[in-house]
Amino acid sequence: MTVAGRHDPFGIHGIIVLLTGLGCAFCLIRDYYTPEPGADRLSSYYDEPIKAGILLALIWALIGMFFGDWVAWLLAYPQMTFDADWSSFGRMRPIHTTGVIFGFGGNALIATSFHVMQRTCRTRLADQLTPWFVLVGYNLFCIIAVTGYLMGVTQSKEYAEPEWYADIWLVVVWVAYFALYLRTLARRREPHIYVANWYYLAFILVVAMLHIVNNLALPASLARAKSYSLFSGVQDAMVQWWYGHNAVAFFLTAGFLGMLYYYLPKRAGRPIYSYRMSIVGFWGITFFYVWVGSHHLHYTALPQWVQTLGMTFSVMLLIPSWIAAANALLTLNGAWHKVREDATLRFMMVAAVFYGLSTFEGSFLAIRPVNSLSHYTDWTIAHVHAGTLGWNSMIIFGAIYYLVPQLWKRPHMHSPALVEFHFWSAIAGTFIYVFAMWNSGITQGLMWRAYNQSGTLAYSFLDSVMAMHPYYIARAFGGLLFLIGTMVGVYNVWRTIQAAPAHLTQTEQPALPGSPQAAPLVGS
Amino acid sequence: MFGTHYKLERYSIGLVVAIIVVASIGGLIEIAPLFTIHETVEKAPHMRVYTPLELAGRNIYIREGCYACHSQMIRTLSDEVERYGPYSLAVESQYDHPMLWGSKRTGPDLSRVGGKYSDKWHSEHLNNPRSVVPQSIMPAYAFLKRTELRTVDLSMDLAALKRLGVPYTDAMIKNASDDAKGQTDPDGSWADGVRARYGEATNVRAFDGDPGTVTEMDALVAYLQVLGHLTDVAHASEPGVSK
Repeated sequence: MTVAGRHDPFGIHGIIVLLTGLGCAFCLIRDYYTPEPGADRLSSYYDEPIKAGILLALIWALIGMFFGDWVAWLLAYPQMTFDADWSSFGRMRPIHTTGVIFGFGGNALIATSFHVMQRTCRTRLADQLTPWFVLVGYNLFCIIAVTGYLMGVTQSKEYAEPEWYADIWLVVVWVAYFALYLRTLARRREPHIYVANWYYLAFILVVAMLHIVNNLALPASLARAKSYSLFSGVQDAMVQWWYGHNAVAFFLTAGFLGMLYYYLPKRAGRPIYSYRMSIVGFWGITFFYVWVGSHHLHYTALPQWVQTLGMTFSVMLLIPSWIAAANALLTLNGAWHKVREDATLRFMMVAAVFYGLSTFEGSFLAIRPVNSLSHYTDWTIAHVHAGTLGWNSMIIFGAIYYLVPQLWKRPHMHSPALVEFHFWSAIAGTFIYVFAMWNSGITQGLMWRAYNQSGTLAYSFLDSVMAMHPYYIARAFGGLLFLIGTMVGVYNVWRTIQAAPAHLTQTEQPALPGSPQAAPLVGS
Repeated sequence: MFGTHYKLERYSIGLVVAIIVVASIGGLIEIAPLFTIHETVEKAPHMRVYTPLELAGRNIYIREGCYACHSQMIRTLSDEVERYGPYSLAVESQYDHPMLWGSKRTGPDLSRVGGKYSDKWHSEHLNNPRSVVPQSIMPAYAFLKRTELRTVDLSMDLAALKRLGVPYTDAMIKNASDDAKGQTDPDGSWADGVRARYGEATNVRAFDGDPGTVTEMDALVAYLQVLGHLTDVAHASEPGVSK
């Protein structure tokens, strides 16, 4: 890659891949002379990759949120680009989206899935190498993606921007991840597969399906980064939003519900409220979500029948979504006093509430006449951030505050007060952000369609741009509060790790439980 | 029903198969017919393809992420038709691999911006948007004018698109690099070739105001000026407009 692409950003990516490969080879060779591990290793959980995944997720959270807030300020103060090509909104925005969705969200999903699959199957990960391959490989994908955007390498497909070579690499990593999951499930010492694993499985499988189909493309040359999508025009639009919305469904919903279904009951010390609601919610989400992508294309050149199907299923989707949210909140019955006292559990509770709210808003926005006002405006941005800040980030932070003391053998986080601070700054940031964008979105939508009494359009487009200025400042401030919360969280995690007992080595991994206990997570 | 599930959840492969089947149905029903139902895309017999220069401009538009703030899809709503022009038809983006319909209008829709402003306006606007629109929040793209366009690869781009179904001829592919230069130099020796291959209506101008080197500014302005002008079918149904 390095040699073939010397006239192209492709070559720089070749160097990054080369260095990563050398680094991995070094780590493997270094361990060549270490003695064969004893058989007792197999009787403990393998938690090292989970720790690494959590730290990587936090690093990506800082990167992704920093760039997000940076481009937010750019919309208010557009001169801050230093006359450079890499510094414009267009190139930095995908760094934000990829950084937070795939970097922060993806690493958190992989790390928690390694944890949940071992604990709910009462078994060790199927081998030692694959988890590291998945983690390093996945992060290499993310690094290639974001460095590519800075150099202008992008397919332009939203949330699927990385070019063909990065996409092929992700498929390889993903197959290894799926195989690891199945192999670990095959070793389980529990007859039933717990609901969190269904969600993680759906996440892995459907994301693979979406990723492969939407990224089908023909490279202009094997020595260049540029490729052309197999699809064009209206078919491409439908494939893209089938992908785009199901990335929300199976990356940001299914996988995260897996997280919710394990960590919330664990932290609350209560079994899941209803086994049957889990089943209905899971299969409803898996079936309905796939239909709704076309609601991104209302009133466009997409045939009306597809738009109508998309709208109908979007409204129906509210039922399984609220069943899943209600199942989580009802689990807290009998543990609400803990929500009041424990910020970690409160993160998870708020996540479930925001999940319910943003799925309601999503179904509402998918209704065609509502969409005529909201589409193309900041209302969409408000909706997305209610979901990602309020639901995805909150559940990740909840899971991290649960996991970090446990994995690093501490009784609790370094500072419970800072967890409280993080919670309130995240909540305040989310509310300021979402309210600012609701206001700006609805204002924009109303200005674009306003007529004056003589029957002509009342406002120029520029009028609507100028009206956004105060909201853009408020939004950037809300984002900053959220970022500050995250920074405090990272500091707190760092101090907790530093205080961990130094003699903690591989041989002292937590032991597997001896005999299956009769206390499953699932209630009636 | 719950009894069956109680059995199913004991088999990981059973779950995997069930998830794949359940999650495939919606996509298959909504996407597959778009390729087979012929009414999905209208007919536009005289629609032309992007010239190599316009294609290079389109790739710059993609590279800079312009689609993140500008849509290219006018919806069937009266205020949009009044603001931007006739609503977009599927056929207008039939050669767009990928489409650039967009999802957000931080700036206005661009699907019919071609011919609306002069080359000079575009060039100055891209160089520093606030010099022509003081309240604009668009980033400045001053480096486009300074950067020479890489034209040697353009044949590969056209060839790839031809394999995907865009009707580029062998002569277009062979002359791609020269045509890119020719389109910016109306008095040069290559200009006639561009008109012969892409039609007399093709814009052949020094888009960035300088007929010398071919810059990225040339390419991007050429692309912006052709938006909405590859075919006129969208105007055909308008009263008072003859085709």
